[in-house]
Amino acid sequence: MRRTALSALLSHWRRHPLQLASLLLGLALATALWSGVQAINAEARASYDRAAQVLGQDRLESLVPADGQRVPDAMFAALRRGGWLVSPLVEGRWFRAGQSVQIYGIDPFTAPADSLPPAVAETGGIMDFITPPGRAFAAPETVADLQDAEGLPPLVAAEGVAPGMLIMDIGIAQTLLRADGQVSRFLLAPDQPMGRTPLEQIVPGLERHTPQETADVAELTGSFHLNLTAFGFLSFAVGLFIVHSAIGLAFEQRRPMFRTLRALGLPLKTLVGLLAAEVMLLALIAGLVGIALGYVIAAALLPDVAATLRGLYGATLSGSLSLRPEWWLGGLAIALLGAGVAAAQSLWRLWRLPLLAPAQPRAWARASARGFALLAAVAAGLAGVAVIAGVYGTGIVAGFVLLGALLLSAALALPGALALALAGAERFSRRVLPQWFWADTRQQLPGLSLALMALLLALSANIGVGTMVASFRLTFTEWLDQRLPSELYVTARTEEEALRLRAWLEPRVDALLPIWRVEGPVLGQTAEIYGVADHRTYADNWPMLLAEPDVWQRLARAEGAIVNEQLWRRETLALGDPVPLPGGAVRPLVGVYSDYGNPRGQVIIGVADLVAQFPELDRRRYAIRTDPGAVADLREALVQDFGLPADNMIDQGMVKEISLTVFERTFAVTAALNVLTMGVAGFAMFTSLLTLSTMRLPQLAPVWALGLTRAALARLELLRAMLLAALTMVLAIPVGLLLAWVLLAVVNVAAFGWRLPMHVFPADWLWLAALALAAGGLAAAWPAWRLARIEPATLVKVFADER
Amino acid sequence: MLLSLTGVCKTYDSGAARVDVLRGIDLVLAPGETVALTGESGSGKSTLLHLCAGLDRADGGRIEVAGRDLSGADDATMAALRRDRVGLVFQQFNLIPSLDVGANLAFQARLAGRDEPARIATLADRLGLGGLTGRYPEQLSGGQQQRVAIGRTLAARPALILADEPTGNLDEATGDAVLDLMLELVAEAGAGLLMVTHSPRLAARLSRRVHLSGGRLA
Amino acid sequence: MNVKALILAALLPLPALAQGFAGLGQTADGYALPDPGRVLEFPHDHGAHPEFRIEWWYLTANLAGADGRDYGVQWTLFRNALAPGNVGQGWQTAQAWMGHAGLTTPGGHFHAERLGRGGTGQAGVTPAPFAAWIDDWRMESTAPPDTDPYSALALTASGPDFAYDLALVAHGPLVLHGAAGFSVKSEEGQASHYYSQPFYRVTGTLSLPDGPVEVTGQAWLDREWSSQPLTENQEGWDWVSLHLDDGAKLMGYRMRGEPDDYTVGTWIAADGTATPLPEGALTMTPIRRADVAGREVPVGWRLILPDRDLDIEVQALQDASWMATMIPYWEGPVRVTGSHSGRGYLEMTGYE
Repeated sequence: MRRTALSALLSHWRRHPLQLASLLLGLALATALWSGVQAINAEARASYDRAAQVLGQDRLESLVPADGQRVPDAMFAALRRGGWLVSPLVEGRWFRAGQSVQIYGIDPFTAPADSLPPAVAETGGIMDFITPPGRAFAAPETVADLQDAEGLPPLVAAEGVAPGMLIMDIGIAQTLLRADGQVSRFLLAPDQPMGRTPLEQIVPGLERHTPQETADVAELTGSFHLNLTAFGFLSFAVGLFIVHSAIGLAFEQRRPMFRTLRALGLPLKTLVGLLAAEVMLLALIAGLVGIALGYVIAAALLPDVAATLRGLYGATLSGSLSLRPEWWLGGLAIALLGAGVAAAQSLWRLWRLPLLAPAQPRAWARASARGFALLAAVAAGLAGVAVIAGVYGTGIVAGFVLLGALLLSAALALPGALALALAGAERFSRRVLPQWFWADTRQQLPGLSLALMALLLALSANIGVGTMVASFRLTFTEWLDQRLPSELYVTARTEEEALRLRAWLEPRVDALLPIWRVEGPVLGQTAEIYGVADHRTYADNWPMLLAEPDVWQRLARAEGAIVNEQLWRRETLALGDPVPLPGGAVRPLVGVYSDYGNPRGQVIIGVADLVAQFPELDRRRYAIRTDPGAVADLREALVQDFGLPADNMIDQGMVKEISLTVFERTFAVTAALNVLTMGVAGFAMFTSLLTLSTMRLPQLAPVWALGLTRAALARLELLRAMLLAALTMVLAIPVGLLLAWVLLAVVNVAAFGWRLPMHVFPADWLWLAALALAAGGLAAAWPAWRLARIEPATLVKVFADER
Repeated sequence: MLLSLTGVCKTYDSGAARVDVLRGIDLVLAPGETVALTGESGSGKSTLLHLCAGLDRADGGRIEVAGRDLSGADDATMAALRRDRVGLVFQQFNLIPSLDVGANLAFQARLAGRDEPARIATLADRLGLGGLTGRYPEQLSGGQQQRVAIGRTLAARPALILADEPTGNLDEATGDAVLDLMLELVAEAGAGLLMVTHSPRLAARLSRRVHLSGGRLA
Repeated sequence: MNVKALILAALLPLPALAQGFAGLGQTADGYALPDPGRVLEFPHDHGAHPEFRIEWWYLTANLAGADGRDYGVQWTLFRNALAPGNVGQGWQTAQAWMGHAGLTTPGGHFHAERLGRGGTGQAGVTPAPFAAWIDDWRMESTAPPDTDPYSALALTASGPDFAYDLALVAHGPLVLHGAAGFSVKSEEGQASHYYSQPFYRVTGTLSLPDGPVEVTGQAWLDREWSSQPLTENQEGWDWVSLHLDDGAKLMGYRMRGEPDDYTVGTWIAADGTATPLPEGALTMTPIRRADVAGREVPVGWRLILPDRDLDIEVQALQDASWMATMIPYWEGPVRVTGSHSGRGYLEMTGYE
């Protein structure tokens, strides 16, 4: 019985292949975007985890210098001979000619068991490893990236090493990092022997740190990934609209069949069970297709994501995508869940349906005004949630609650708003054809509202994100001009060369500004501490948000510190508050400056102050103020006369270009997802219109019979779709602007620590409106074309059909 | 002549089989004349009606409506004919679901550029729809819907009214009432009527009766 | 002679280090070779010989608590040159060091292992004042100036669940094996420099999970360095160093291999006079096996040395004296009964 019933149910899809396609494709697309985003996130998480697992740091305690600076490696023997089973680690970033890589210098003799990637532990040639030039182990892709890098040890590709990092012997690493005789920290073996000398007696100034469960970058990039997830979810929601409408229709159209099946003795329970099984089967197929598509999307987006994360956070992602169960299983699960949710209403209705209820496919497409009112009420409730989240919420989660509630509220309010607008238009139109057109459009609204909601979501997300990105770009370029006043930046190869360079440059340029920095813990998190010279360049240009009047003099007198906006917001500091520096010194806060694109806290003090506190710091970098016209000659002279490699200098224009490139790539993914979401929304419109077009003949046939040509009807259909798209676009503008405001003033502040002024770009909206019209037009094109070409006999049949 | 058919043929391809539905139909209908077209189910009554209405094209022969030859007429001409000259009443799916009764009544007249609110109001009263003009088709009974369809047709002042089982969906009493009203109004307007029916009882009430059988009129 | 040390070193656990010893079976290119004409000089030769490929300081002690319970202690420091010529300095020093510590009780067995490289101060040996160390494990001379530094030693080592701290005083002379310390290993001519100090009396403290135990007893220190390994067709060996109650000492080992086993040793009289035992003079026969760490290991032996009227049974104090280091082996204290009585140490490798 079951098999017979099932084959009867499935025969519906054979007769409606288009409906089947739209259901499968809708669900597949939704799953694709969702699982694509999840695939990227999973890949990133895996990379972060691998980075965190480097040398067992996710499991092992470590001894870390309290001031965040490196310590002499003599401490290593002192600790070991005191009974502490520690393994030394020197780490740092290595830069050369625009390439950079994280270097870990390890001691294979003492590294705790299982802390080395197997490939490193198993390799032969210990002598080759520890004696110059050494060997550096890296992920195969990192080896490929660094193929042409000069100055590195021979590279060995090793599976299991996180991308973007090199593992080499500590002695080799010390040389590369210019950290001879220095150690960054010590890893503690899990089992320590009895009777150790107390730590303080051996090496004061080391702190015992618990294992890092997650890498720093994982926390830094958390908001970025949340962003991606939010987008993925948005796309999925859009896709579900399609699925919901396709399933609902299929159920409605099969009502006579349900009736017959039940009349023939199929129990209701079995029927519902069969239909649920059918939905799950379809979801499974669509989910698999979606996962395949998601893989393609993720693979296409991953390079940009990886570039973003590297540029913005210094986090390195594997450039190749693997099929991880956590996302493809998750994708399948959400496809099943989504289909289940989309089918739940229909199944419920079927469950409660009287045996002999008539089929009403048109009634299904015709929701009452009460339905819209209900939606509007829910929308109002969600708007309330948004307001509450906006007013009382803090942090990125509240930001996304606000965003979600806002978007959903707008989407749910859309059909009501459109119905009002169309009713108004109908009332004001005098001629019969427009009157019919408006009335008929209004009647189409319920069937199209899901697709239109999807379009609204896509459009407002587009406006919101576009406004945010454009605002950011504008602010960022202005800020770069302020932040990078110096014409040329040079880095000497050694401290000794730095001294000679300084002497050589001083008579030749307007000013030589040290760019010296250390890293260390400030208020609980790693921060950069820069020293600035007492020079008017800073007073003239530095992008201060708030400051004491004599801020630069106070820095020069070692009587104050200024911090970036991120640190200021994170710690809710006020001017005058103490800023504790690594090593114990404290300076009062005398100013705050904007520092876009930097995920970390930053502190600036006077350069003399910095040198006094960190005498060992790297003093090889300088910024040069000179006549912009003389930069080319100066570069030439530095190379020819002084002998500094061209790689060791970079001019202002180049720095700006690099910064902007990083910026552009940061939003490349967002833009791509935006386009994809638009695509899904367009597809939703298309399938909805296509579905409606098959049901609309009874509505159109009388009009045709009363004297309208098929071509005219088709034109009206096209016009109707574009009109609805245009109206949706109009409504999307305020929603999008609100969204942009939330992104700029709430989400960005929570995610990155800076707030951006909002700029509005109406020209972009025109573009988007054109896109929306095109989407509506394209979606309606085929159904309209079919209508224009329909056989009169088919129309005529409407009048004869015993429906 | 209001309607003139000469040797009209129509063939349908239904998959493998070709069905010659109409095999040379000759028929004339003068203004004021009411003709009943009877025949068995599937005999081609509706097809013939659709050809006369310009909803479909004949494969052979000649159809003239109000002096205009339909063979070779383009879509626009056919549409104009339907709009201006012909009134159609079907068994069902007559009304435009998105418009209310008032708008439905006036629809074709206004399409044809003849908006006569006063006349339409009178018509609505005559049809017993006076209080229902604000309603939507789905809120009406079958008899009411059919009266709206008739009203809409008459409001447009067509020269020729084509009706396909206009009371087929109604019970006998309601159907008779609707038919009475239609005949009365057709007579008032002086229009011609070609009505498909399979009921000899109804056919007898019209001025003439033709019977379609084997693709020919008898 | 601690044959196992050579093999252990050859298979130095950290796989990355193994490469340094690959080819050990073939040649010693670039490394110093043992010289039969060389006269050992002390205290100089107590220190390291970094130009040789491999070297060890290997001490085993048979101890007893005040209640008469027996204990055993092992302390070993291996040095392995990673490249000939004692090259490099700092982190790039081409010397690897490995420490093994064992502590056997009637109820159990503890062990620990340490690795390190030379040049950083983490591990090393200085001849005068003598000190050998890796991490917090130390073997340090406590002898008065102008005496042999090995005549008195302080010895410490620790693991996660045990530690020991012992004072050793020698009551006899250094003993040179083979020909004045030039010990020939095979008919192909492989050899090492090999001497011992088997006459230590020991006092000290063992730290055990149940608390400290004061102990006294005897200890035996082996010193050996070489650059040439042994033949390839040996699957393992069984080695003993025995303190007989009459004051004599016996060192002997059986190489298990093809075509025949190879058994040699040294008889040390109570006054320290050493007599090398020619191949076949000593016979070693397993008489009891035990299941240890999933392997069948002979923990009871019969030793016969007709020249000395010696016919003894050697039984493990603790069957489970398993050194679960990266290359595992059996090493533990034994009790001697039969024609002679006494105590000693047994080592067995290659039981898979």
